[in-house]
Amino acid sequence: MAILVQPDTKVLIQGITGSFGARHARLSIEYGTQVVGGVTPGKGGQVFQHNGQEVPIFDTVAEAVRATGATASTIFVPAPFAADAILEAADAGIEVVVCITEGIPVADMLRVKRALAGRRTRLIGPNCPGIVTPGEGLDSRGGCRMGIAPGYIHKKGHVGVVSRSGTLTYEAVWQLTRRGVGQSTCVGIGGDPVPGMSHLDVIKLFVEDPDTHAIILIGEIGGSAEEEAAAWIKQHCRKPVAAFIAGATAPPGRRMGHAGAIISGGKGTAAAKIEALRDAGVAVAPTPAEIADTLLRLL
Amino acid sequence: MNIHEYQAKRLLAERGLPVPPGEVCDTADQARAVAERLLAEGAQQLAVKAQIHAGGRGKGTFVDGYKGGVRLVRTAEEAEACARAMLGNVLVTRQTGPAGRKVRKVLVAVAPEIRRELYAAVLLDRARGCPVVMASTEGGVDIEEVAARAPEKILTEPVDAVLGWQAYQGRKLAVALGLRGPLLGPAAQFFQGLYRTWWECEASLVEVNPLCVVAGPGGADALLVVDVKMSLEDNALFRHPDLAALRDPNEESPLEVEASKYHLNYIKLDGNIACLVNGAGLAMATMDIVKHYGGEPANFLDVGGSASVEQVTAAFRIIMQDPNVKAILVNIFGGIMDCDVIAQGIVAAVRETGLRLPLVVRLEGNNVVAGKRTLAASGLSVISADSMADAAEKVVAAARAAEASGAAPAGVLRGS
Repeated sequence: MAILVQPDTKVLIQGITGSFGARHARLSIEYGTQVVGGVTPGKGGQVFQHNGQEVPIFDTVAEAVRATGATASTIFVPAPFAADAILEAADAGIEVVVCITEGIPVADMLRVKRALAGRRTRLIGPNCPGIVTPGEGLDSRGGCRMGIAPGYIHKKGHVGVVSRSGTLTYEAVWQLTRRGVGQSTCVGIGGDPVPGMSHLDVIKLFVEDPDTHAIILIGEIGGSAEEEAAAWIKQHCRKPVAAFIAGATAPPGRRMGHAGAIISGGKGTAAAKIEALRDAGVAVAPTPAEIADTLLRLL
Repeated sequence: MNIHEYQAKRLLAERGLPVPPGEVCDTADQARAVAERLLAEGAQQLAVKAQIHAGGRGKGTFVDGYKGGVRLVRTAEEAEACARAMLGNVLVTRQTGPAGRKVRKVLVAVAPEIRRELYAAVLLDRARGCPVVMASTEGGVDIEEVAARAPEKILTEPVDAVLGWQAYQGRKLAVALGLRGPLLGPAAQFFQGLYRTWWECEASLVEVNPLCVVAGPGGADALLVVDVKMSLEDNALFRHPDLAALRDPNEESPLEVEASKYHLNYIKLDGNIACLVNGAGLAMATMDIVKHYGGEPANFLDVGGSASVEQVTAAFRIIMQDPNVKAILVNIFGGIMDCDVIAQGIVAAVRETGLRLPLVVRLEGNNVVAGKRTLAASGLSVISADSMADAAEKVVAAARAAEASGAAPAGVLRGS
């Protein structure tokens, strides 16, 4: 088992006919992910074809769920419409929603967060690379890839990875894979100030998952999600955890690319996060080049 | 996006908040005329306030020695003299850095006698995932200072983003601040308007500091927004063209403005090692590792998770305009992108821009072998690196060598 999504999870792609959505739909199909349907309002009835596979396109998520039995959806919808797409997926009963879209206004996400409270839908993102549960095939094919992460860098195994970053996560995953260490599931929770699942939400799932034996947490400046995760880890987590926090050299008050990566009012510094993690017994990598090795030293 | 005090006050006034009567001025003559009018209307005292995007103006000093970016005056002549001293002058405050900011506008406004200084702000509470209104009896000082010294003096009122601000929440805060009797109603209205401004403008911060109890008409207590800092959320500007028009490019670094045209995230820093990276997290991590190996990053530059050749070329052009740069580190994790395409982009950009600085390239990911071959066959002497650590060590060494030789080398350095 892995967390959130399994190789047989049926996945929809909202925005499958846009160039970005289509490109990653094709890559997910090549990876072996069960892409069972696409959603583009106005294009219902058309078919998305790739590698001899035919993926039906629907006008609404509700219709797509009824016809395919999908339980997960990846959203590649432009920012002004993305919050609506998330709510539509939740309304249709989708269990795991991955929103790749960058640039969704905070006010939209505040409403989404309130609307999702108490529902079973779990949101990953927005502004994230998505989630990968590696498969058993060549280059980890046969797994579930929702989002934009490169599939081949993964390897099936027992390390859970959770991160706010995209390429920095690939870096860490690739370090693991090249050392022959596989992953149970890799979750990119995104770089926005109002995310769906937090580091802590994902870590709780990793702790419960018998297939995950160790955890890598990648954080960055801004907010206090890493500190909250650290406090919980200190009390409840008996699995080895290694971490890296990006942004030790970032100047305060400046937004470092990600909307949520900002030190404001002296809060959200890398130093404070590193201290909280160390205090919780987490091994913090001194540089991004040593993320995998820092974890391996614990095993 | 930050906006000026005079712009923020206008947004607050439009929503019924009490801001001092005043006008923004581009010239000293205009400042005099505005001052004459306000004094004729009965004002006893005026403030002349330099308009720059930085805090600490009152305690700041101009580069020519003139003290204070905020001055209190009682005559139109004084107002004119202050405006003349400030306009075109460069103000240095604890937030501007030593270079300071050029003052292009001053705000001339009524400055009644202040009886109490309070604090009020609306911002996003990231831990709770909701907006929060903050208030304190300790106005007129940095709230971070209050948070460190007397955190119990900061009141917070979380807001349900769907329900919006409720009137009782305003009364609760008013009473906690000691604003009772005839001030209770106006204070509750103030908080309502403050939240409404934050929500309607999609601000990331509206901070009134100080919010003052002043001598109002007839000497009775009245509330007044004496200073305000406001920043708007960049991601929401697409639906507020009127607010987007408040951008003041004079307050932004020219290189950062140039970078934004190519959808590059560029932030200039003080070091001499330029970084060009794909992805924000990896870009921060690259700066960190450069520092770890003893170097100083010259910038943060994220070309996006999937950079194009045009973006890479534009990125090189921007980096090369920074005269402090002595060496460049390119760190690309080509996940989906083909590393060979990126390598061709780097070669094209180096040729097009005539780069003469040491260039360390670390490519990883998809088709990396072909990418490295393209770099090696280009005839350019790119220093190739195998890992982030290797890349950081090599670029720090290259920057040191370039600093030691005193001048930029005549050609791209020969490397490994």
